[in-house]
Amino acid sequence: MSKFDFPTSILSRPVYGTLEPRPGAAHLFIADAHGAEAILDVAGVDTSLMAKAHVIYLPNGEGYGDALRALKPAKYYEGPSYPASVQRIRKAFADAKMGLQVYLAGTEGLIGQAQNEAMQAGIPHTAIQTEHRGSTARRMQCVHCKGITENVETDPFVCAHCGLNLFVRDHYSRRLAAYQGVCIDAEDPGNVPAAKGIYE
Amino acid sequence: MTIQFNDETFRDDYSFYNSDRAIKRFPFPFHEDSYMYSVNMEQHRGGPVDSIYEKRFDVDEHYLSEMRDRAMVLADDPLRCQSLPHMTLAGWDLLELIMVSKSEDYPDLFELHRDGNKWRWINKPMGIDDTFTFLDEATLPYGPMEYITRQAQGDFAVLDQRDDNLWMDAGMITTQADWSLDFDLGMNFFEWHAPVPLAHEKGIFIRALKFLLNIQQGAPARRLNWTMTVNPLLDTSPENYHKWGVQKTEIAPENLGSKQHLRVELQTFFRLPRSNALVFPIRCYLCSFQDLMTVPKWGRRLHRVIRDLPEELATYKGFIDNRPMMLDYLSKFDDGQPTSDGIWPDLETEPALKK
Repeated sequence: MSKFDFPTSILSRPVYGTLEPRPGAAHLFIADAHGAEAILDVAGVDTSLMAKAHVIYLPNGEGYGDALRALKPAKYYEGPSYPASVQRIRKAFADAKMGLQVYLAGTEGLIGQAQNEAMQAGIPHTAIQTEHRGSTARRMQCVHCKGITENVETDPFVCAHCGLNLFVRDHYSRRLAAYQGVCIDAEDPGNVPAAKGIYE
Repeated sequence: MTIQFNDETFRDDYSFYNSDRAIKRFPFPFHEDSYMYSVNMEQHRGGPVDSIYEKRFDVDEHYLSEMRDRAMVLADDPLRCQSLPHMTLAGWDLLELIMVSKSEDYPDLFELHRDGNKWRWINKPMGIDDTFTFLDEATLPYGPMEYITRQAQGDFAVLDQRDDNLWMDAGMITTQADWSLDFDLGMNFFEWHAPVPLAHEKGIFIRALKFLLNIQQGAPARRLNWTMTVNPLLDTSPENYHKWGVQKTEIAPENLGSKQHLRVELQTFFRLPRSNALVFPIRCYLCSFQDLMTVPKWGRRLHRVIRDLPEELATYKGFIDNRPMMLDYLSKFDDGQPTSDGIWPDLETEPALKK
């Protein structure tokens, strides 16, 4: 899948790079769906990475598992969902030693949440490599009820918790690993424009 | 002077009002007949007698009612007051700064008695008389930041300083101009200002950050900022926007003078001694258009500023839809005469409105 070119935006909006091999005592890769492609690419650039790598992969219906396994990472885990894997991710960060390199790839929701776990373990966000691949759906926080709606692809959208119609802001919180959703019809209740793709 | 505290509300029946004294000392934010963003920082070292600049933390007639409103906001949504774990020391710094300042500046209202770390704090208007151990959280009913900012008007953002940046790592935010502490907590200076239009391109935030990083102990700074609010609503939070947003549509020519308020923030900046954090009090003052129009200079000037404001700013400040109606109202108070420089009302020297 080709990489999506996000339009230039405000300064709180995350920007993603391209994973590159860095010298390290150990390498932790966390990816979902098409994020596997970024791992395959960087493993091709430096074939020695995988001998010291721990790969945590959430396929979410994409069939990259065999290709990743074929890289023979030192540790490989495939999880059915982020919530199912989060304890394992936390353990990986808790066990981390000085010299660990962190690579995150895939959707913004996965990157944001895994980055948040890394930060809570004391790794500065600027030391973490990220690469966006696959779906451009967003993880949104409703500013009103605080509920998180995953995989939002349209603007506006309906909050999965309180049911308000929210518009999609580019304002992003690393602490919450979410963009902000704000009621779109507060000043004219019921006047909700038709939903369209966030980048349309 | 002894302050008469108003018994008033900032919600529901909106019984908030400004006395004549409060109108004359209102921090009118426009020093000339036009407005564009600027860093506009000056030292916070007092000002004219009885002006809002005179004391380090201004206490006015709205004190008790504002504190009552804050308590109601916090009861509904405790996330309006948050402090990341490394910010507790800054909270004590802030408690000390406010207690020392208020007891020195308003000795008839506040007393602080210190015997080593045994402190006794008396807040007469609020009927508080507490003895506690400085730096021991267990001796206060709340964390130190929350304890003291439940007794001080205005919002308080407490900023950690590291990596040549400022970080929004603690705050008491209940009278905000539509931004969420819960969402912005942990962001750096550029990130929490990210949604502001035009100012980034003008380099405003880069210059402002440089200035703020260098603020020294005992040398606080200040600036004014402003926006518009329909009804004297202190809690214009994004959290409750789905409830209050509709009030903007209740403006009509007949009620605009009383419902439309200019909302001015006195922003001050103090370096805190132990934590090296920066505290950023954001004090909100509200004044209805009809009260502002009692000062001829402000009537003329407000009309010109609102008329000529770039569209992006009127949109960002949330009054683009109501601007035509505001201008209809304000134009009646602009007779085209020149205005004096500066923000002060100049009632003795400025001419009355020519009919």
